Amino acid sequence: MKVLVAVKHVVDAYVQIRLMADGSGVDTRGLKHNINPFCEIAVEEAVQLKEKGDASEVVICSIGEDAVQETLRKALALGADRAVHLKTTAQMQPLQLAKVLHTLVESEKPDLVLMGKQSIDGDNNQTAQMLAGLLGWPQGMFASRLELKGQELVVNREVDSGEETLQLKLPAVVSADLRLNQPRHVTLPNLMKTKQKPLEVQTLPDLAPSSYKILNVTEPAKRQKGVLLNSVDELLDKLKNEAKVVG
Amino acid sequence: MRESMQYDVLIVGAGPAGLACAIRLKQLAEAEGKTLSVCVLEKGAAVGAHLLSGAVLETRALDELLPNWQSMGAPIDTAVTTDDFQYLYNDQKGLKLPTPKLMKNDGNYIVSLSELGRWLATQAEALGVEIFAGFAASEILYHADGAVKGVATGDMGIQKNGEKGDNYTQGVEIHAHQTVFAEGCRGSLSKQLIAQFDLQKDKSPQTYALGVKEIWQVESPHYSAGQMLHTVGWPLKNNTYGGSFVYHMANNKVAIGFVVGLDYQNPTLSPFHELQRFKHHPDILPLLEGGKRLAYGAKTLVEGGVQSMPKLTAPGAVLVGDAAGTLNVAKIKGNHTAMKSGMVAAEALFEHFNAGGTGGEVVAYEVNFKSSWAYKELYQVRNIRPGFKHGLILGALNAFKEMYLWPARRTLKNHADHAQLKPVGKFKPIAYPKPDGEISFDKPSSVYLSNTYHEENQPAHLKLKDEAAAIDVNLNQFGAPETHYCPAGVYEILKTEDGLPFLQINAQNCLHCKACDIKDPTQNINWQTPEGGGGPNYTDM
Repeated sequence: MKVLVAVKHVVDAYVQIRLMADGSGVDTRGLKHNINPFCEIAVEEAVQLKEKGDASEVVICSIGEDAVQETLRKALALGADRAVHLKTTAQMQPLQLAKVLHTLVESEKPDLVLMGKQSIDGDNNQTAQMLAGLLGWPQGMFASRLELKGQELVVNREVDSGEETLQLKLPAVVSADLRLNQPRHVTLPNLMKTKQKPLEVQTLPDLAPSSYKILNVTEPAKRQKGVLLNSVDELLDKLKNEAKVVG
Repeated sequence: MRESMQYDVLIVGAGPAGLACAIRLKQLAEAEGKTLSVCVLEKGAAVGAHLLSGAVLETRALDELLPNWQSMGAPIDTAVTTDDFQYLYNDQKGLKLPTPKLMKNDGNYIVSLSELGRWLATQAEALGVEIFAGFAASEILYHADGAVKGVATGDMGIQKNGEKGDNYTQGVEIHAHQTVFAEGCRGSLSKQLIAQFDLQKDKSPQTYALGVKEIWQVESPHYSAGQMLHTVGWPLKNNTYGGSFVYHMANNKVAIGFVVGLDYQNPTLSPFHELQRFKHHPDILPLLEGGKRLAYGAKTLVEGGVQSMPKLTAPGAVLVGDAAGTLNVAKIKGNHTAMKSGMVAAEALFEHFNAGGTGGEVVAYEVNFKSSWAYKELYQVRNIRPGFKHGLILGALNAFKEMYLWPARRTLKNHADHAQLKPVGKFKPIAYPKPDGEISFDKPSSVYLSNTYHEENQPAHLKLKDEAAAIDVNLNQFGAPETHYCPAGVYEILKTEDGLPFLQINAQNCLHCKACDIKDPTQNINWQTPEGGGGPNYTDM
């Protein structure tokens, strides 16, 4: 089984972001970036499939500027075999990303596409589903457990009502949730070895303009200062007469 | 058995000294067609993440290292336009003074050291230097004959209780013919190296200061890129060495910070709170009003000068930059001298390899450094900082005499910072005003802006040698000074259910400034490296 993992290079989860002064978006210049945490889980799962003998090859891909190669290297250091950098400076929305990945899937012909369930920058949670739709493949989203049984994949997925178990025919698209695994640490020798692993750069053709436009990005409103009350009666009074949430 | 990797030169720390050393080594190797493998380890999650400096850059060392830096896209664009020097009498009045000649900044630039570090790293990588960020060098390795063999990186995935977690990963050994310690001020391995080889022998103890810094986005008519201001006086008392800096960076950003010499005596002093109240001075406030604070950080700096500079070499190892104490305190600058020391070390190491050497002690580095311009400028100002031992006024008079009249032949001594604290009963505790949330802030909301992060389930990287001393000595005699000076709120005195006080260490807040390792009155606090990648994530400090 050949596994393709699509990963995203995002601003590190522990770094505060700042907005552009003109409200056009987030100013990410100079900020520390990292592999999107859900994507890291997807890579770890693919590597574990390979270690179990279920996967024959793990290919990583990422879309974006040259900086995404840093994230590709990290994925290679985690144990992937080779990487494809789909180079573009365009800011893409989920459907555009899914279309680009669709093209790559057609040339790479993987049996399984693994992705993070969402990226922590846009929080869209759409690309994996759209890719499955474009390919006409079965999908297992928010996976918390994954097992290959013959030519079928058993996926436990986290849903609002609990856990659902699906059986998918390959080829399929699966997105990783937080509890799927705990990624290993990258080691120095493995980071060094990534230099010997192939990293192919494919420059993407210019895209048709997106029908999607960001009008303005603003910070959430500041929270009002809290007041310390002395009794339950005082609280009830405030809820009734000030906030008017209790009749 | 840990895995091991071998390099010709290993550099610990990707700051200006370490990166300048790496770049120079590769330039020399390239010029002579030699192969030389150079590895740089950086404990920050990325290069620049732990770099903090004012910073006004004197480009002398960079001009020598990369003469075409301007056309190479170096993030050095904001030339200094004016440099003012002001004495603040009290919380209302200030007096503009003539700027002392060493503090003049014609031809210098206001920069972000994090940004400059990232750019230097790109240059180094282009020359073939291998830089690994997110890996902390946590242990020095020695050969059987006692010479330095390299370092080991810390294990990852050790849990709070000391046991191995599910994703435990053993550290690796990095062996090198020569290891360059470029850890910056009070490096945790440099400290061990200095002790192991007694490098501080016959020298004054090293002395330090703690700097706290904020970056503001301002919308004020008082803003003008390239402008800079230093102040002395209020809010510090005459007997405390320190002052502020206000540097107008590009794009409406202002770097504002406060530096306090760690030889202060009053254990209730808090450099963090000095900065907070300083910002309310009527000469400063109008610049910040209506603006927004973007970032916060803290770092110690070396102030000891040549009399406190340790011996710079040991078998298999050299010290460069702030780890060696190369900061010019009179100029309030250390980046140019740090870079120069890294470059001189690189030249000496390369010569040593060229002559067939591998390990061994490269004594030529110290000899060459002592004849460099960097050492000369440090030597010239050596008596200025110690002159402030008797307060601001006598210190300023001594500085004037040293700079303009007759420089002394003799060299004044330094005294260890941790020994200067006086019992808490001797002072009225300093009452700092409450932060207003607009101009001044509390520690937690500040630490949040440093982007500091440590994996939560790891053992604390701040260790007490004697647990009982935290209460018996620190609290009972000195009123727990660490709860005051720590700029990140790492230390708190809490009470047990039985009402007994104990010291709580919130190691996850740590900004890696090292003030506790320096100032603790009995040197009871030992700063060790946490898991690699932990610590602040500065972007434009």
